[in-house]
Amino acid sequence: MSTIVLLLVTGLGLGALYFLVASGLSLIYGLMGVLNFAHGSFLTLGAFGGWFVARTLGADSWGVFALSLLAGAVVGAGAAALTELLLIRPLYERHIEQVLVTVGLSLASVALFEGMWGSDPEFISGPAWLKGTTDLAGAPVPNDRFVAIAAAALVLGAIVLFLQRTRYGLIIRAGVENRSMVTALGIDVRKAFTLVFAVGGAAAGLGGVLASQYFGYVSPHLGGSLLIFAFIVTVIGGLGSLTGAAVASVLVAVLQQFANYYLGYGDLIVVLLLALVLLVRPTGLLGRAAA
Amino acid sequence: MSGSRNGTGGPTPSDDVPVLDVRGLSARIAGQQVVEDVTFSVPSTGVTAVLGRNGVGKTSTLKAVLGLVERRGEVLLAGERVDGERTDRIVRRGVGYVPEDREVFAGLTVAENLRLAERDAHPRRELVAELFPDLVQRAGQRAGTLSGGQQQMVSLARALLNANRLLLVDEPTKGLAPRIVGEVSDALAEAARTVPILLVEQNLEVIERLAERVVVIDAGRVVHTGPARELLDDPARVQQLLGVHAEVDHDTEGAVAR
Amino acid sequence: MTTQTAPAAPPARADDAPQDARPARRAPSGTLVRTLAGVALLALLACLPLLAVHVPGVLPGPTYTPGALQMMALCWLIGALALSYHLLFGVAGLLSFGHALYFAAGVYGLAIVLDTTEIPLLPAAALVLVGGIVLAHVVGAISLRVTGISFAMVTLAFAQAGNVLVRRNPAGATGGEEGLALATAHVPDAFVGVLNTRNLYWLALGVLVVVYLVVLWVERSRAGHVAAATRENEMRVRVIGGRPYLVKLLVFVLAATLATLVGMAYLLLQSGAVPRATSADFTLTLLVMVVLGGVGSRWGAIVGGVLYTILDQRLGTLAGSAAVADLPAVLRVPLSEPLFLLGTLFILVVMFLPGGIAGAASRLAARRRPREDREESRERLEEVA
Repeated sequence: MSTIVLLLVTGLGLGALYFLVASGLSLIYGLMGVLNFAHGSFLTLGAFGGWFVARTLGADSWGVFALSLLAGAVVGAGAAALTELLLIRPLYERHIEQVLVTVGLSLASVALFEGMWGSDPEFISGPAWLKGTTDLAGAPVPNDRFVAIAAAALVLGAIVLFLQRTRYGLIIRAGVENRSMVTALGIDVRKAFTLVFAVGGAAAGLGGVLASQYFGYVSPHLGGSLLIFAFIVTVIGGLGSLTGAAVASVLVAVLQQFANYYLGYGDLIVVLLLALVLLVRPTGLLGRAAA
Repeated sequence: MSGSRNGTGGPTPSDDVPVLDVRGLSARIAGQQVVEDVTFSVPSTGVTAVLGRNGVGKTSTLKAVLGLVERRGEVLLAGERVDGERTDRIVRRGVGYVPEDREVFAGLTVAENLRLAERDAHPRRELVAELFPDLVQRAGQRAGTLSGGQQQMVSLARALLNANRLLLVDEPTKGLAPRIVGEVSDALAEAARTVPILLVEQNLEVIERLAERVVVIDAGRVVHTGPARELLDDPARVQQLLGVHAEVDHDTEGAVAR
Repeated sequence: MTTQTAPAAPPARADDAPQDARPARRAPSGTLVRTLAGVALLALLACLPLLAVHVPGVLPGPTYTPGALQMMALCWLIGALALSYHLLFGVAGLLSFGHALYFAAGVYGLAIVLDTTEIPLLPAAALVLVGGIVLAHVVGAISLRVTGISFAMVTLAFAQAGNVLVRRNPAGATGGEEGLALATAHVPDAFVGVLNTRNLYWLALGVLVVVYLVVLWVERSRAGHVAAATRENEMRVRVIGGRPYLVKLLVFVLAATLATLVGMAYLLLQSGAVPRATSADFTLTLLVMVVLGGVGSRWGAIVGGVLYTILDQRLGTLAGSAAVADLPAVLRVPLSEPLFLLGTLFILVVMFLPGGIAGAASRLAARRRPREDREESRERLEEVA
């Protein structure tokens, strides 16, 4: 029983990370039709940003941890907005080229990170409590999982509020359904594009800081290793659907944990699940509705 | 002398600059040439109807005017070239668009659909509420759950919220019950009092009621332009150009005289 | 009150140059010249191991040295791999993110067979080739049920699955992260050892030629034409009675088989298999090579592959050289990462030079109007199924 609880909670924790990356991917694809291969790099940059803050200010306090989370989100948002403005916007409506440009960016950025920080992982530390465990129904759950879950839930809530209550949120929800009609109403969607990239980048950056706690290190490949799972989650949940991404994140991560423990090939099974879903329901579990 | 420039759309009696001028317009969709070479103009008052069989390029012409599809050629709005501009810029100059198949945002409520469409500082909410009381009642309803006729009202309301210089309306009565057709027709007639409309329509009774001029398109080109009355009074011509019986029954229409 | 009964003639378009004269006159002599040039180039390349040609900066030594031969052979193989991807993406418009899977199948497949059985090289290669065909058939049949981005994601998923499988090292067969060394017991001596790099060079060149001829044959064949038509407009193909799915599957399996072939030669050349060949990164670099070289161009794909290999192999030495080591870190760090340069170059090409290198070259050669050409290249990219 305690194993199951442990697998469940660590699965949720992993799912939280997946969601933080997938939320941006899903919105960006839903609104803009761009499959952003460089999203992992936003995560990596956020992770390094948070690590830098923690290293400079002292890793043990909660205040610094909160600050490093903020730093991660800001760095991620900034990198994403810049990417959109410089690389994506000039290729307006040329979706294949936009995807290609993100592919190029992902290759170039990871190589750059390797050049800057070396390809070996840097071990990180944070507030002591994070490294400890809490007993839950007999299972020793690592505490950082709780933080990840809480963060993901907060981000989900924040994004949903943003989508439901603000004008840009309205534009984005409408744009995910029918982008051309939004422009036919006289709205310049390009600002919404940059905004969506920034929001996705912030979530990814935040996820990066949390991922570095989860795995215990930062490295140039941190984003890339999570990105493939984020893609799987996004596609299964339905490109463009935020709730779909949330549901799929939990499903995929928990399945992965259980499969890894009992069968040893969790990663493989998840990947095959993607193929299965795509063949049975090409629009994913929830299809294309933003929130 | 050439019509108001501040976008309030009211036609002045001495207008001689057409509100819309299309010259040599051509458009491609997914590699196919759907509009070959279209030239016509829309006067700054009244309703100009675009007629033609299915698939000749009427909808594509409207989309090309707005830049929603890849296009070449000249488009002038009240004398100014707009064919180099993005769709949203053209629309912000004062063009309202009511697309074929309505294209309301199904996941948004009626109120949200309308709010999204508001461009002006003082959108004409009272006018819209007056014309479409049903929508006021359904403000919180998800647009995807509305009937076809109600969705058409939303689509029309979106275009009427702002003070436009021109309305592009694409087959507003398609697939609607006769009673709703009448309501849509009424709303358009009301709108036409203050703003010129370019109307794509297959329903000849609606054309007869609303339109002053017609532009007939075939195989992506303009094959006939002229007064609506003249064409509709000539059933043989209508048959030849549109392939439909043109017997418009004047008695049952019960339309208000223009 | 104007009534135009007849449709007006379209206004003459300024760029309607008299097109009839050029192609007809150029076709026969143009192809002949190009074929002769190709054969001459091939003869020259085949002779390189016997010559002492120096290409400083690019080759580590004169062309008869094993180091230079190894590198050039690698260029030919990667060029051949890029060419096989060109068949998939450039001709059939299938954006696959999982093509490296079949290359890896060749590399690892042959390595495993040679390692675990007593089968000699040629039968082993035939076996692996058949295995590659079966794999491609299965994956292709499944993946092609969807199109566009979904297709790309499914292919990525399968390649990722292969990556995971290889790294997990089931039953110790794949060597995990360490990779698997070539078991030379049943490999003919001619292909083993540094002194025989020459033979491996000729093998690689031979593979390139074979792949090129197959791609050429497919492009010119009826199936190739249907594939290209499907890329442009699948509906139209179906309407005239073509079977897009089957044609796409055929091209998919062919392209994958060619990749497997290249993989096997790669194993012999590199004397080992490493998991990097199965990574998502490598898969994406194939795409980069083909787009860089110019989508739709055969020799563009080869150039893309060669360029990538040169950057990948030589940049490390360049970075270590005195000239670069003195540069401030801001410049030195990016310059010493081949993927950074490649990625940046790729971005620049996509944004400003959509026809890639081949497109730029043909523009220079034919002096066509740049806008027209760019639009055509863009349309080509947008035709992805």
